[in-house]
Amino acid sequence: MWYLCVFYHRLLSYRRAEVESLAEMFGVFSSLEWRLPENQHPDSPFHLVNLPSEDIARNIANRSILVKGIYELWGEGSSFEQLEEAIKSYPEDRKLPYLTCETTFKVTVDSFGKAISFQEQNDRIKSLAYIPFKGRVNLKNPDINFWLMETDDYGAPNGLPPVVQKRIFFGRLVGGADRKLLPTYQLKSRRYLGPTAMDAEMAFLMANQALVMPGKLVYDPFVGTGSILVAAAHFGAMTMGADIDIRAVRDGRGPDCNVWSNFKQYGLPLPVALLRADNNLPPWRSGLKEIFDAIICDPPYGVRAGGRKSGGRKLLKGIVGPYTVPDDKRTDHIPSTAPYSLAECVHDLLDLAARMLVMGGRLVYFYPVLREDDVMENHFPEHQCFKLIASSEQILSSRYSRVLVTMVKTGSYTDKVAEAAKIKHQEFKENYVKWLEHGNLHSSVFGPAHLHLGEETDSKLCKELKPKYRGKYV
Amino acid sequence: MRLFTHNMLSSNIKGVANGFPLRIEVDQVVEKQVDFNPDFLRNMFPKLEWKALVDAARTMGYTELPEEADSSMLESEEFLRKLHHALLEIHLEEGALVCPETGRKFPVNKGIPNMLLHEDEV
Repeated sequence: MWYLCVFYHRLLSYRRAEVESLAEMFGVFSSLEWRLPENQHPDSPFHLVNLPSEDIARNIANRSILVKGIYELWGEGSSFEQLEEAIKSYPEDRKLPYLTCETTFKVTVDSFGKAISFQEQNDRIKSLAYIPFKGRVNLKNPDINFWLMETDDYGAPNGLPPVVQKRIFFGRLVGGADRKLLPTYQLKSRRYLGPTAMDAEMAFLMANQALVMPGKLVYDPFVGTGSILVAAAHFGAMTMGADIDIRAVRDGRGPDCNVWSNFKQYGLPLPVALLRADNNLPPWRSGLKEIFDAIICDPPYGVRAGGRKSGGRKLLKGIVGPYTVPDDKRTDHIPSTAPYSLAECVHDLLDLAARMLVMGGRLVYFYPVLREDDVMENHFPEHQCFKLIASSEQILSSRYSRVLVTMVKTGSYTDKVAEAAKIKHQEFKENYVKWLEHGNLHSSVFGPAHLHLGEETDSKLCKELKPKYRGKYV
Repeated sequence: MRLFTHNMLSSNIKGVANGFPLRIEVDQVVEKQVDFNPDFLRNMFPKLEWKALVDAARTMGYTELPEEADSSMLESEEFLRKLHHALLEIHLEEGALVCPETGRKFPVNKGIPNMLLHEDEV
């Protein structure tokens, strides 16, 4: 059945991807059918989606972060007359069970792009008198929630996606996101924070993309302050995290201000394990594979924080002979680390995921993109064990954005794949200076504009041609 | 560090052929109660190196695990409770993990194993 899916006007390219992931989580294994209502722009909050049952629709909506509501659509139209006609011709047997005298109900009037005064709202509700409501009104806790929603081209440019023509929808609410989660988990009240702690809304979205469910084991190889695992734990997963920075995983800022305390703060089960390990040389025993259900992370890509890996001074000085740690200093020796290029980091991540994820397990991570490049799917890292499921862009500045990449493991980690990864690992090690210079995002993002923009006038012109509105180009 | 983690880790020093299982040097063991989740245990059981787990549990002072185990034992709640305790509730708070081949110690402080290699071990 087709449902009206109304989104919050945020993170536009994450919205359908989230619903699609949740549909799979709740048992829909074919790809979802989507339609746009008449005269709606793809960035409009109003979408139509075909779902197998109301229970599935409710589960998806209630678990989501970006779905304002999924509705059984009783009618839509370009005018109130058209709406009335549509509602009247909607099958009686679909309507009457929700209009009986035993049920309580409420009608909410909402609009996209303009505020409607209280008086107008009341008038609109009264104009629905042609619907034979028999139940009592209950504004606090109704059994049935009806919504009357409209969007229009309100004339003045209001920074929203273009609307060609007025559209009105009337429907019965099936379910919607519980965004009360967000103030509960907001970073500003989190005790232990780092410079790249993941925003709570994004962390929940990542957990949804990764199909996090109770009993699943979720791993974050760049755990930092644990902000991604907190969201996974909220959805019932067992969590595990590693970081190369021992201060993050072991010490935090004191006994009540560390990764553990971030979980305790919300009454969440503590991670199964936290350890200090290097993503470049992971300490997993040979033979161990297919143990994580999902790997979710925000790899260090060198803009706000650069990656580090083992083997500092030796690599930096280009010394070929072995750098040795004197025996008497071994016990308390603090190993130095070397910069970790994004390309190598992502290669290691894909290799780790290919080996350690169960079949069908998901890898969800952020990948940076310079905005001068056109975002195309084939720009994202590929791996023969994985299929790309979704890529959702979040624009961070005029120069770069980050894309949330969702991949699913479809092929097993054979000896051949492992061997190829080993050769690549060696290549990174040998040509390490080249890889560091190649794809140095920091200089592209913070360096003088003309260095990478080429002919400035051209790029300025093309930037102005891009549509700018809230939720997309902020 | 729980024994679940111990069961996954090995010494990855360059040139070490068999870095598993890491020997446990105990300075301090703590027990923390964790919610019993039989599904998680059943999922993880086939991934475990059983002998390494039994030996590790013994080193930590827990001797209730049977020498041999197979998946038919997952039917027994008593077995699952023991597995749960060994895998998730006994923590090595202070101590070290020792590479069986080279004797290199990976310290465990405040329950966090430090698996980072020295420059000459990469």
